[in-house]
Amino acid sequence: MPGFRQTRWSEPTVFELGCEGRSGYLVPPIENPIKEELGDIQIFIPERMRRQEPPKLPELSEVEVVRHFTRLSQMNYCVDLGFYPLGSCTMKYNPKINDYLASLPSLNLLHPYQDEMTVQGVLEILHTLSRWLAEITGTYEVSLQPAAGAHGEFLGALIMRAYHMLSDDLSERTELIIPDSAHGTNPASAAMAGFKAIIVPSDKTGCIDVDALKSAVSNQTAGLMLTNPNTLGIFEENIAEIAGIIHDVNGLLYYDGANLNAILGKVRPGDMGFDIVHINIHKTFGAPHGGGGPGAGPLGVSEELAKFLPVPRIIVEDGKYRLDYNQPHSIGKIRSFYGNISVLIRAYAYILSLGAEGLKETAEISVLNTNYLIKKIRELDVYKLPYDSKRPRKHECVFSTKPLLEEKGIRTIDISKRLLDYGIHSPTIYFPMIVEEAMMIEPTESFEKEELDRFVEVLRKIAQEVKTNPELVFQAPKNTAVTRLDEMKASHPKTMTLSWRMHIKGQSNL
Amino acid sequence: MVKVKDAEVPEGLIYSKDFEWVKAEGAKVRIGITDYAQKQLREIVYVELPAEGDTITQNEPYGTVESVKAVSDLVAPLSGTIEQVNTEVQDKPELLNEDPYNKGWLLVIAPSNMEEQKNLMDHPQAVEWHKGLSED
Repeated sequence: MPGFRQTRWSEPTVFELGCEGRSGYLVPPIENPIKEELGDIQIFIPERMRRQEPPKLPELSEVEVVRHFTRLSQMNYCVDLGFYPLGSCTMKYNPKINDYLASLPSLNLLHPYQDEMTVQGVLEILHTLSRWLAEITGTYEVSLQPAAGAHGEFLGALIMRAYHMLSDDLSERTELIIPDSAHGTNPASAAMAGFKAIIVPSDKTGCIDVDALKSAVSNQTAGLMLTNPNTLGIFEENIAEIAGIIHDVNGLLYYDGANLNAILGKVRPGDMGFDIVHINIHKTFGAPHGGGGPGAGPLGVSEELAKFLPVPRIIVEDGKYRLDYNQPHSIGKIRSFYGNISVLIRAYAYILSLGAEGLKETAEISVLNTNYLIKKIRELDVYKLPYDSKRPRKHECVFSTKPLLEEKGIRTIDISKRLLDYGIHSPTIYFPMIVEEAMMIEPTESFEKEELDRFVEVLRKIAQEVKTNPELVFQAPKNTAVTRLDEMKASHPKTMTLSWRMHIKGQSNL
Repeated sequence: MVKVKDAEVPEGLIYSKDFEWVKAEGAKVRIGITDYAQKQLREIVYVELPAEGDTITQNEPYGTVESVKAVSDLVAPLSGTIEQVNTEVQDKPELLNEDPYNKGWLLVIAPSNMEEQKNLMDHPQAVEWHKGLSED
């Protein structure tokens, strides 16, 4: 088993580096004839808009900047380094060809204010991508504009509003139904769009409780937000019946695309009865993820709802691509310009390089990897798989470490920290909230059998350590750039350090 | 005490549309942020104020507050010279949340132009203005 020891620099913040007047670039002076012709540059900026003093920015040479960020990156962990089973986040490997294509000067030097006739190529890419995503999700039309999954959700909730407003019953349609296993963004998006989130429980199989759903549904129901497969990795088998229940009261069915990787190319949300579907490009389609984003959260809708999509929409007229703003029913603009184009180009490259068969295989391998892990982890006889443990899962699974809590007082957080010592990123923990001491594992299709076996072996070792040397687990991690952090201090308003100024003040108070 | 929705708008103060209150104290005035402002900002964790003797200008920023939600400029309701700075709020920013109209005061200034008060809202105007503010 390879050893793991993360680089540990005592790297100051960028504000503490460099010195006054140092810089990494040289701007040529304004040429005299220009100066003589136009006078001082200041005359072009109204006085009230001019800075009184220069901004307090770090002043560093190029090499200092490179060293600083290289050091920081060495203290980081990423998919390129090793196993990253962060459930529901689909931390798959991002093929380098995607980055290569997105960085081509013919794409990354485009300006959003360019005339559309000069950017036909990128418009064609975006239009084609939106057609592919419509095909994959079984929707009629896709907007590429949302900048993240939750942004897509918010747009979806706004479209529900627009739909009910046009039916003239928005004042009645105040409730959005959400299962208790849902991602936390679902109720947040519902609330932001002005709906009340109604939470329905899961049944003992881990699926939405259909009887509870029936009693929650009424003429106040604007719609249902559902993830399928759900966050337990279980496919909602009753989806056809669920769709009927919602549609019978003229509600809309929303598909949270977080778990699309499980069913890519196999089944389509549109065919299951979903009216609105969001896609996480950074999860399913091989673009960078999370804090390293930006992401993209395209939204597909049924034919009936297409008129509500945000503007501009890319349309084809006489063989030319055009940005169309003339959509009277559109909910309007939700983002500056046209979306996170460079992320969308990566998705285009990803789909193009894998093809239809490759996408299907992606889903198959991710599901196979998950069920392989389940078999191996269950053989350890330490970690429990709640909700019908014999039933196969799709792309992810949620184990509980509760037996270790009862036996030795070890919590999931301790297990996850100890995993870091072995060079494995922690699974998602304490989510979904319907599983106690939850450890949500999503291996994706990106890791080979050896890596999966190693993960299981590390879980076995940690269970052993809990018995023989629990302090090792309590005090983990030791091999990382920073050891265990005080989470209370890091997240309580009274102790948070939100800015450089606060940091300086904190230092001077010591 | 007058309350508009959830926000207190005490009588005896005049108000700016930049969410500050002004209290006349003889020839000087005391200023601070309104209850509505602190509720919008949520937990305030840092306050940056100018020093005694500095001057501030009406409608111009003179400091900042940082909360868990945002960093916001403090905008001067009047012009004048700073006579006193509440150093206690710099050590205990939570006073702005707990007691915005008393312990959470920010500056005492000697106004340089009393005419500027015309640009501010008296209490009935401020109550009306608060009614139009969103509660989100």
